[in-house]
Amino acid sequence: MKTIQFFSQLFIPVFILLVIVYGVAKKVRVYDSFVGGAKEGIRVVVKIFPYLLAIFVAIKSFQASGAFDFTKEIFSSLFAAFNIPAEVISISIIKPLSGSASMGIFTDIVKVTGPDSLASRISAVIMGSAETTFYVLAVYLGAVGIKKTRYLVPVCVVSDVVGIILAIWIVKLLF
Amino acid sequence: MNAIWVILIGISIVFAILNGRLEDFTKSIFDAARSAVEVSLFLLGIVALWMGITKIIEDSGLIHGLSRIFRPFVSRLFKNIPADHPSITSITLNFLANLFGLGNAATPLGIQAMQDLQSLNKDSEKITYEMMLFVVINTASIQLIPFTVIGILSDFGSKNPSWVVFPTFLATVLSAAFAVGTLWVCRKILR
Repeated sequence: MKTIQFFSQLFIPVFILLVIVYGVAKKVRVYDSFVGGAKEGIRVVVKIFPYLLAIFVAIKSFQASGAFDFTKEIFSSLFAAFNIPAEVISISIIKPLSGSASMGIFTDIVKVTGPDSLASRISAVIMGSAETTFYVLAVYLGAVGIKKTRYLVPVCVVSDVVGIILAIWIVKLLF
Repeated sequence: MNAIWVILIGISIVFAILNGRLEDFTKSIFDAARSAVEVSLFLLGIVALWMGITKIIEDSGLIHGLSRIFRPFVSRLFKNIPADHPSITSITLNFLANLFGLGNAATPLGIQAMQDLQSLNKDSEKITYEMMLFVVINTASIQLIPFTVIGILSDFGSKNPSWVVFPTFLATVLSAAFAVGTLWVCRKILR
């Protein structure tokens, strides 16, 4: 654990050092290159912004309108049938949609049920193993202006569902 | 994305009317606008930073050397990429950043990878299989140690917060494998 943490911390500084030393050795004007690249970065983020806005509007209004609570209700009997703690429902639904909201809910679950409860354990694994899919889709597709996504979105949604089921199943199997 | 957007907004408006939460709905879309600006500003900083560093790698020619080194690791999955193409480096660096939980580096490198893959795309509006593969592996978010989660668990007094490492890694690897498999099957069936 400690070794991995150390390596993670080492990764970026060493990489940047390597890049700059190699650049200087190859007689590249590294400062000018950096500034040029950063300028390009601004253009990319401007391109991403509308996609991000669209996805945030959809997700925030879904939560605020009560549609999210209704979805939770639908799943609650299903979760109860498999002896899965009710707290896990909100985190399962919110994790693919919003990073900050799921972090809030996770902290809440740990606070209320204790850090070693089954609900906390399942939520912790979901937090670590699932990604905020719609944010990733908006940012990555927005950056290149792709409009025809073929079967990507359905595959992502199905994989999310399977990933969450796996997380729950693995924790229940181990503990 | 079009269908998902319409469905989410449509459902939200219907529920807002049924639940008498019209005011909340209106407030939420303005909240969303503010969040989008906040997240974009955050992205602006880290994306510009990483694109600056990447530009040095490109200008010095290091990118081709790195791509040749990294090629064996990604070529099994990404078959249609030329040997020393920059996308090999950006894909590998993005995967490494994810693996080590360096979120601030992973997103800009991922954007870079998408742009590099786009340079190989013949129809700029239609996604390629390599791009789909890249996105799918990213949404499975393979990481060695979930530091944030461990931090929260230990803050609230967990006896042994590092228990979370193994099940998380297992779940994430299995779900990534499932996602890649599903994508592969879709390609075979749907063409």
